[in-house]
Amino acid sequence: MINIEKLHFSYLTGDFHLYISNLNVEKGEKVAVIGPSGSGKTTLLNLIAGIVPVINGNIRVGETRIDKLSDAQRRDFRIQHIGFVFQDFELLDYLNVIDNILHPFRITGALKLDKDVRKRAAALAENMGIGDKLKRQTNDLSHGEKQRNAICRALLPHPKLILADEATGNLDPENKDRILDLLFRSVENHGATLLAVTHDHELLKKFDRIVDFQNFQSSSD
Amino acid sequence: MIDSLYIAWQYIRSNKIRTATLIACITLISFLPVSLQLLLGESEQQLMSRAVSTPLVIGAKGSSLDLVMNSLYFSDEIPELISMEASDRVMESDLALPIPVYARFHARGNSIVGTTLDYFDFRGLKVTEGRNLAMLGDCVLGAKVAENLGLKPGDSLLSSPETLFDLAGVYPLKMKVVGVLQKSHTSDDLAVFVDIKTTWVIQGLGHGHQDVTNLTDPTLILKRSQSNVAATAKLYHHTEITKKNIDSFHFHGNTSIYPITAVIVAPYDDKSGTILRGRYLSKDETLQIIKPEEVIDGLLQNIFRIKNVLDAVIAVVALATILAVILVFALSLRLRQREIQTIFKLGCSRLTIARLVGAEIFIIVLSSGLLCGVMILVVNQISHDLVRMLFIR
Repeated sequence: MINIEKLHFSYLTGDFHLYISNLNVEKGEKVAVIGPSGSGKTTLLNLIAGIVPVINGNIRVGETRIDKLSDAQRRDFRIQHIGFVFQDFELLDYLNVIDNILHPFRITGALKLDKDVRKRAAALAENMGIGDKLKRQTNDLSHGEKQRNAICRALLPHPKLILADEATGNLDPENKDRILDLLFRSVENHGATLLAVTHDHELLKKFDRIVDFQNFQSSSD
Repeated sequence: MIDSLYIAWQYIRSNKIRTATLIACITLISFLPVSLQLLLGESEQQLMSRAVSTPLVIGAKGSSLDLVMNSLYFSDEIPELISMEASDRVMESDLALPIPVYARFHARGNSIVGTTLDYFDFRGLKVTEGRNLAMLGDCVLGAKVAENLGLKPGDSLLSSPETLFDLAGVYPLKMKVVGVLQKSHTSDDLAVFVDIKTTWVIQGLGHGHQDVTNLTDPTLILKRSQSNVAATAKLYHHTEITKKNIDSFHFHGNTSIYPITAVIVAPYDDKSGTILRGRYLSKDETLQIIKPEEVIDGLLQNIFRIKNVLDAVIAVVALATILAVILVFALSLRLRQREIQTIFKLGCSRLTIARLVGAEIFIIVLSSGLLCGVMILVVNQISHDLVRMLFIR
């Protein structure tokens, strides 16, 4: 599903360098990414999602070469095929919970918002334990609820690839297991692939594989 | 587009104060010039149509504008009084029909206009309820007066004292409402019409009282001779003219020198009008004859000159407002960088961001437009009365 070869990346400021010679993630795999802070875990997810352009090297997601896509093409690819759970949720505070979940469907013509999608969104929120807060503004949610809201938004379009940046970072142990199970179930049900950055070593055993960033060359000046 | 509108609406809803301020600014800046134009258009129409339909007016020398405003629109500014002789003079000339007007007194805030029956024919006024003036003390109400005061034929209306502190002055006259005029959408709707002699009674120049020849109470008689009886102030004066007491009403002295405010002159033809105008050109002449159309035209030119200045001011304010609105949007886009980044990260294009901002501007401008439209509709509804209040009365 994901194939990375000879990826060189550095920010324009020049204070960060990342090199990955080879990384493969098979379709349907649930992979945890671990590593010390500042090692480039989030940068890798951003590169795979096409949020940050590839400067040097190859990134392939499915049959698509991300490094060959234009800015607009990367955006189209991202919204149609990738579900991204951001570290800081990136929810819009003027929208309520359900509108945040449905937001990707409202900002692109590639995803069609219909009754079925709305039903699925409500069911997903119910499963995540925020079904009773659909009309609440996100400002009124707790940290954990915001995170679950962000996960719902990422899962709703049934993406082929789910990138999760500390998706369970702010949850209590009980909710952590619950959310991770839901995430895994969603991945399995839709034949998706999960690449999740985590610092929680207790959860690692649940993943199929662990990618440790200490194996890659990265440096922060 | 509907989705963009939905998201923009949610943003607008959560930023109520900012949105309300923007809508208020845009509404006001659109409303001001339109409403001003509307009011000026209405005032031009009201003033000019009446002025055009009134060929000539005779009055005392002095402010021609005051004369026109009082005799045509019954404004509170009373020109110097002239005598009834001015009307007789026109009649004797055989060049025009004179219609005397005495618009000086008020009844419950409405002008009492003393005139003759010719006035109703001249203005094409029709009585829809009751009948026209027939007796001393009768009054016919303009449509709006009847509506505002809730009066109908058979009711009565008291004239108001000229000054509150004139305790020694004449008593208010209780006039009998005998008719209501059809709505004409002119100043006539706001007037109380009486016979010119009734206005003289209101002024105290004519009156009715107990028959002094048969007085037996010595406290009522000041002096009695064979041909004359002088009564004391204790003598009972009638404050209402009825069939019973109408015979006791009388005027002292020569009524041809009684006061009026103006004479509306309707020349029989253009030539007669020109001849008549020439007769009032003498330096020694105490009267002036004016063409209301010329006076109003001069007034409107002045108003429009002021309007041009106002337009320029509004244009500058509008420009400043538009710049401020642009600045608000620009600043708000800077403040919303994080949100825009989120939308980018989710995968939407710059075009979508532009669409969202466009939708927001559309909603604000549409709301302002609707609000402005409603306000203009309201102004349009009340423009007739508003113009009277602002420009005439």
